[in-house]
Amino acid sequence: MSTSTLVEQPVQAGRLEQVWGGPTGLAALTAVNHKTIGLRFIVTALIFFVLAGITALVMRVQLAQPGMDVLSPEAYNQFFTSHGTSMMFLFAVPIMEGFGMYFVPLMIGTRDMAFPRLNAFGYWVFLLAGVTLYVAFALGLAPNAGWFNYAPLSSKQFSPGINIDLWATAITFLEIAALVAAVEIIVTIFRQRAPGMTMSKMPLFVWSQLVMSFMIVFAMPPLMLASVFLALDRMVGTHIYNVIGGGQPLLWQHLFWWFGHPEVYIIFVPALGMVSSIIPTFARRSLIGYLPVALSTVAIGIVSFGLWVHHMFTAGLPILGMSFFAAASMMIAIPSGVQIFAWIATLWGAPVRWSVPLLWIVGFLLLFVIGGLTGVMVAAVPFDWQVHDSYFVVAHFHYVLIGGAVFPLFGAIYYWWPKVTGRLLSESLGKWSFWLTFIGFNITFFTMHITGLMGMPRRFYTYWPADGWEVPNLISTVGAFVVGLGFALTLVNCIRGAMGRGQRAGNDPWGGNTLEWRVSSPPPSYNLLRIPHVRTRDPLWELAEAEEVVEYELRDDQRETLGTSTLDATPQQRLLLPSGSIWPLMLAVAVGITFVGSIASLIFVPVGAALSLVAIVAWNWPGKERPREQ
Amino acid sequence: MTPTHKPIRDPRERHSAGSFTALAMRLPGAVSIIMLGALAAGCSQGASALRPQGPGAQMIADLWWFMLALAVLVFVAVTAFLFIALTQHRRAGPPSDPERTGRHLIMWGGVVVPTVILLSIMLATVLVLRTHAQTQRVADVNIEVVGKQWWWEVRYPDHGFTTANEIHIPVGQTVRLSLTSDDVIHSFWVPELQGKLDLNPGETNVTWIQADRPGVYRGLCAEFCGLQHSNMKFLVIAQEPEEFDAWVEREQQPAAPPADNTALRGQQVFLGAACVYCHAIRGTNASGNLGPDLTHFASRQTLGAGIVENNRGNLGGWIINAQSIKPGNRMPPMYLEADDLQAVIAYLEGLR
Repeated sequence: MSTSTLVEQPVQAGRLEQVWGGPTGLAALTAVNHKTIGLRFIVTALIFFVLAGITALVMRVQLAQPGMDVLSPEAYNQFFTSHGTSMMFLFAVPIMEGFGMYFVPLMIGTRDMAFPRLNAFGYWVFLLAGVTLYVAFALGLAPNAGWFNYAPLSSKQFSPGINIDLWATAITFLEIAALVAAVEIIVTIFRQRAPGMTMSKMPLFVWSQLVMSFMIVFAMPPLMLASVFLALDRMVGTHIYNVIGGGQPLLWQHLFWWFGHPEVYIIFVPALGMVSSIIPTFARRSLIGYLPVALSTVAIGIVSFGLWVHHMFTAGLPILGMSFFAAASMMIAIPSGVQIFAWIATLWGAPVRWSVPLLWIVGFLLLFVIGGLTGVMVAAVPFDWQVHDSYFVVAHFHYVLIGGAVFPLFGAIYYWWPKVTGRLLSESLGKWSFWLTFIGFNITFFTMHITGLMGMPRRFYTYWPADGWEVPNLISTVGAFVVGLGFALTLVNCIRGAMGRGQRAGNDPWGGNTLEWRVSSPPPSYNLLRIPHVRTRDPLWELAEAEEVVEYELRDDQRETLGTSTLDATPQQRLLLPSGSIWPLMLAVAVGITFVGSIASLIFVPVGAALSLVAIVAWNWPGKERPREQ
Repeated sequence: MTPTHKPIRDPRERHSAGSFTALAMRLPGAVSIIMLGALAAGCSQGASALRPQGPGAQMIADLWWFMLALAVLVFVAVTAFLFIALTQHRRAGPPSDPERTGRHLIMWGGVVVPTVILLSIMLATVLVLRTHAQTQRVADVNIEVVGKQWWWEVRYPDHGFTTANEIHIPVGQTVRLSLTSDDVIHSFWVPELQGKLDLNPGETNVTWIQADRPGVYRGLCAEFCGLQHSNMKFLVIAQEPEEFDAWVEREQQPAAPPADNTALRGQQVFLGAACVYCHAIRGTNASGNLGPDLTHFASRQTLGAGIVENNRGNLGGWIINAQSIKPGNRMPPMYLEADDLQAVIAYLEGLR
């Protein structure tokens, strides 16, 4: 083993731990370590997943039979708005970012992310926005115009309460969290990969996080613009969406879906990366078709920005224009097909090792193919006229989002749990959880295709016997509880694991190919003791067989990591990262005051801005750290 | 929802819903019900897009069956590939050249075959779109529909009258619909006749419907439009051309004068109460336009925008407290003495 050392004394784990170790007790509020923040994102997002799941079950009870009175019309509208808003903004995006924060630095072999304090700030913003929305929900003031919040229904005239103000401000606020996380992930991936890990050797999970982050950077600003316009219409009296004042309600739809369609792929692309991480491990061979898969991921990211009009096929747009968007929407099936066949090729004749993570991935493949096929169907404009805003579409996007993203996510939970906690989750509980979820999911959502074709629109709080929808609705309700039980078993599994049950995992229980399996489980605060030189796409398999390993040592007395070039990952500089700080939390609170306060009075805007300025100055106040050295 | 209001029943409904327990007993075979039973139910109940009653919905249903056939093929093929991939090692041992097999799989399965399938679907889509656009240009009847929270105003501009929540059309003729909204966005959908189209405030969208045979087709709002989105329904009544012409002629007439003393008293109560601020009855002083035109109210089949049957009991309940039937709708409770109420009902029932 040869060590290329950048320091005089050999690096010592104990001293690294002293420098990088996270604070405990109340001081945990100052934590900035990417694993701490990543885990906070994941756990918080899972709590929102449970809450949003419960709202779904209550809605299913309401729809089990015609004329049920479990929820009032107003309550039902708040429930489905909360369900959609939480699943998209508080669960799916944050949890995918959380996985990125936790595993990208480990996979690319660096000590922490590029802007650790920004990372912490993002988490606090996310938490505050989420709590605001759920406090409103508990008070019966939750937003009630749907997660898509169309103007002019969302205008002051038709929604006079503060419900929509809360949506507009909380969502704008929340996007800050998504954006800072995206910037952070991009910079970390571009500047901090282990030497030798060129772009074409990055793990596909890292590729998917990179694409996701770029998509967030381009998709979230239009949403912020849209929601700021809405807030202005409501609070200041502008007429951006108001017909009577010369405004244009369709502008909202364009801006919203310009964000909203990529949003689906923002959730789905990292899931593809998870699949590409898990399959090679269980097939015990490198992924076949690395380049096509990486390029398809990028292609999906780009094409997804040209599809938004397919959410507006019934809005009365010109037919010729819609045809282009139909073609683009169908086209995106090709990069998805390439990935599916790359995974099948990787599994083809491989000595497959069956375990729970792979089970979720196989489930994903089946469900995602169905979701993709119905996706092509709804891209056919005239067919969309029939099923748009019907339960067919509800079925379609649950196949894509639960089948396409949550199944890989659960696979990823089983796959990476031993790395995070040091113990394996129960296999038998995992299998029960998978089968219940898989069967229950199909009972619930396959039926909804039929419900939709039978003419049932979405967002109906009730229906009448004469509508003839009771049989499929009852089936879906029963299925929903089976899904709930399935997901709950994984939750139970995780709680058992968190209480210290389960077999010890060691560094690498699955025989993985990426660098996170090189460190102990759970990983030390500083990640790798020394940063290895990477030569192939499967660094861990390569390192196991290599006769000589080149490693880089960094100083162990300050927060230092290696900066490398963007394309080739040649070492360029030693990056000095900041220590923990309470100010990210303070800034998040100050920004939160600005946004939420603005609902009550616009005076909070200058007040909040002043408080934010104070927090920003304190955040950047020079600390004890020595200046950066080349 | 108060159970006392008997909901309207679709005359074409072939089997009534079983009770909760009867359904629960059928559930053990849930999976088979899902795959086949519900699909069959889909074809026999309610207003199904898969049971088209006119050329608009027919074209789309044809497109659907074409796409469904391809989709089933693709799903079976991918599942088979996946199955072979996962069992290949056990059956045949390690493959000789996995990279080469992989390249072929990705090329053919991921690119070539999907491209061919997608192009064929795109072609079918464009053909249906073209026919749709061509049909729209040659309409025989013009109707304007205005969406309101939460009911439908229906205007016959060629014939000069207005009605609500019920669209009469002549069988076999293409009816051009001009859609707009007075408040928020709604969406017009009659699954058996045509796909949906939004009603945008400040704009007019145009589509068409055509029914092949006489019948009552259920329509509804498909774009979330607030509290009572679920209860914003309507009926499309397709009639033989002669019947349609007779209906038009009746609708063009002003309201029938009260037939007896009770009805006369009812008219006086109506015209003296708050009713006139929202409702119009042609031939009287009532000319409000916030609620449905009631000129030929008694000829309509439903109350509350397609929600309950238009009968004496429901009408009384609706006038006294419409909020108990359709919470949040714009009609306030009317405080009428019992005999005044009876008189108003008698008057309204005479508006044929």
